[in-house]
Amino acid sequence: MMKRFFCYFLTCLICSPAFAQFRIEVSGVGLTQIPVVIAPFRGQEALPQKISEIIRADLERSGQFRVINSPAGAFDEASRPELTALRQAGADAFASGSATKLADGRIDVRFRLWDVVKGQDLGGRSFAVTSPDLRLAAHRVADDIYEKLTGDKGVFSTRIAYVTKAGQRYQLWVADADGENAQSALASPEPIISPAWSPDGNQLAYVSFESRKPVVYVHNVSTGKRRLIANFKGSNSAPAWSPDGNTLALTLSRDGGSQLFLLSAAGGEPRRLLQSPSIDTEPVYSPNGQHIYFVSDRGGTPQIYRTTASGQGVERVTFTGTYNISPVISQDGRWLAYISRVGGAYRLHLMNLAEGSVIAITDSAADESPSFSPNGKMLVYATQQQGREALMTTTLDGKVKARLSGQQGDIREPHWGPFFK
Amino acid sequence: MRNFVLAGLISTLLVACGTSVPLNDVPVVDATATSVTANSGAAGSGVQGGGVAPVDLGRASDQAPAPTESRLVYFDYDSFVVKPEFQSVIAAHARFLRAQPTRKVAIEGHTDERGGREYNLALGQKRAEAVREALSLLGVSSNQMEAVSFGKEKPVVTGSEEAAFAKNRRAEIRYP
Repeated sequence: MMKRFFCYFLTCLICSPAFAQFRIEVSGVGLTQIPVVIAPFRGQEALPQKISEIIRADLERSGQFRVINSPAGAFDEASRPELTALRQAGADAFASGSATKLADGRIDVRFRLWDVVKGQDLGGRSFAVTSPDLRLAAHRVADDIYEKLTGDKGVFSTRIAYVTKAGQRYQLWVADADGENAQSALASPEPIISPAWSPDGNQLAYVSFESRKPVVYVHNVSTGKRRLIANFKGSNSAPAWSPDGNTLALTLSRDGGSQLFLLSAAGGEPRRLLQSPSIDTEPVYSPNGQHIYFVSDRGGTPQIYRTTASGQGVERVTFTGTYNISPVISQDGRWLAYISRVGGAYRLHLMNLAEGSVIAITDSAADESPSFSPNGKMLVYATQQQGREALMTTTLDGKVKARLSGQQGDIREPHWGPFFK
Repeated sequence: MRNFVLAGLISTLLVACGTSVPLNDVPVVDATATSVTANSGAAGSGVQGGGVAPVDLGRASDQAPAPTESRLVYFDYDSFVVKPEFQSVIAAHARFLRAQPTRKVAIEGHTDERGGREYNLALGQKRAEAVREALSLLGVSSNQMEAVSFGKEKPVVTGSEEAAFAKNRRAEIRYP
């Protein structure tokens, strides 16, 4: 009872009006979150973007932080905060900063972070950006705060690719990790599925049906130049990049059946990875490049298997349930996320690869296409909400979820891009 | 007649060679030929769309009309078996394709909306290949046929009940 009450209390707290625009859902108890104050940045009222609000939303979505309301008063990066009052308010860290218009029209964004418990200045940074990059500067500040306080790299300045469907118009988008600032990379009257970022973050491989069959393109997002890389007889689908970016694993039916092949990213003749009389599809490389995980119905139902990058030997990875698809591996190689059907519902699951233990991360009905954040601490996935297709982010324990904002209509097929070099 | 067909094919090929656009237009039965357009997105963005202009190669006028028989084969849930009730449909197309050995046919497999997109693509491929095998058994050359899949991307009926699912679990026989 107490537990339930606490849980309810937490949900109310996080869903209170001040937080509503981020649509963050919190479930369960035992969250260890760092309580932090993000003071309104001096000068941000004159800007189209409220920097402290972007930082706050980023930190909350990560599940690692609880953002506490700022004490009264004006602060910037030169302020020395009232540590005693902040400690009494329960804050462990305090960030403040400013945004100042420069003579050349750019905006100078500065911040400083304090360890409230130790009373220590954790340093800061400044970014001079043009107005369209203001959100990016805020994400960079959030990345710095995240890294200084958790020890892990932040992912807020990375990008997510996804597909929207509005009527008969399909669009491939590249957006900030919070779903905002979406830019169209491709529009088509025919479906687009399975976008996959190249490891350098410059290109997207995807499946397009524009020639009335599935074919695989590699698309440079900054130039818009696209190369038709797999257009063999039959269906061409499920592209996945090797970690070195030199090879694509993909599914081809040119010799009959859906089978796994490897193809040089420069194009050319595909090499068969495995030969089987069953469906083999959805290949994905392990981050160390040694293994390829994939889906096969060789055991009678779709399950996740793995083989080596050269197709030596096959071992089964999932054993629970009769429908396990769409594998992805976290950067540290510890976690396998996938979709499992449970009593007619398709739900995001997470397996600890060393132990083999599995948890369901959601209780939804139609999850699809999970993708890890590049630091391996979050997942983005597609699901259905109120009859529409939507994208959600979640922590690996499933306790903190947020619906990505920015787009109307049906949103699907997310793929989280790498860190910027 | 045969020469006509050959001449038609050659001229089609010549037209194809003359275009600067690498994508062949694939005549579409149910879709208007809208182009794939670039959308430059927000100003100042570093991401730009790539445009592809489709080219209409027209229709060869000297081809025999495709059979008026149904072009649809429906499947049971999680099944790839061509049911006996569709044998007459398959047989009619097989007769036509044997008599027209230069005609190409696309067999397009589809699934209902349940499950993942890529796995459904593989299931649709299995359905398309089942129909291709059935045509092959009746003497249609494999050079004439291409089995492809749309997975769950092109439902004919929207809805999340069995009646809609049943209409969407299908293979379509299509003459380009």
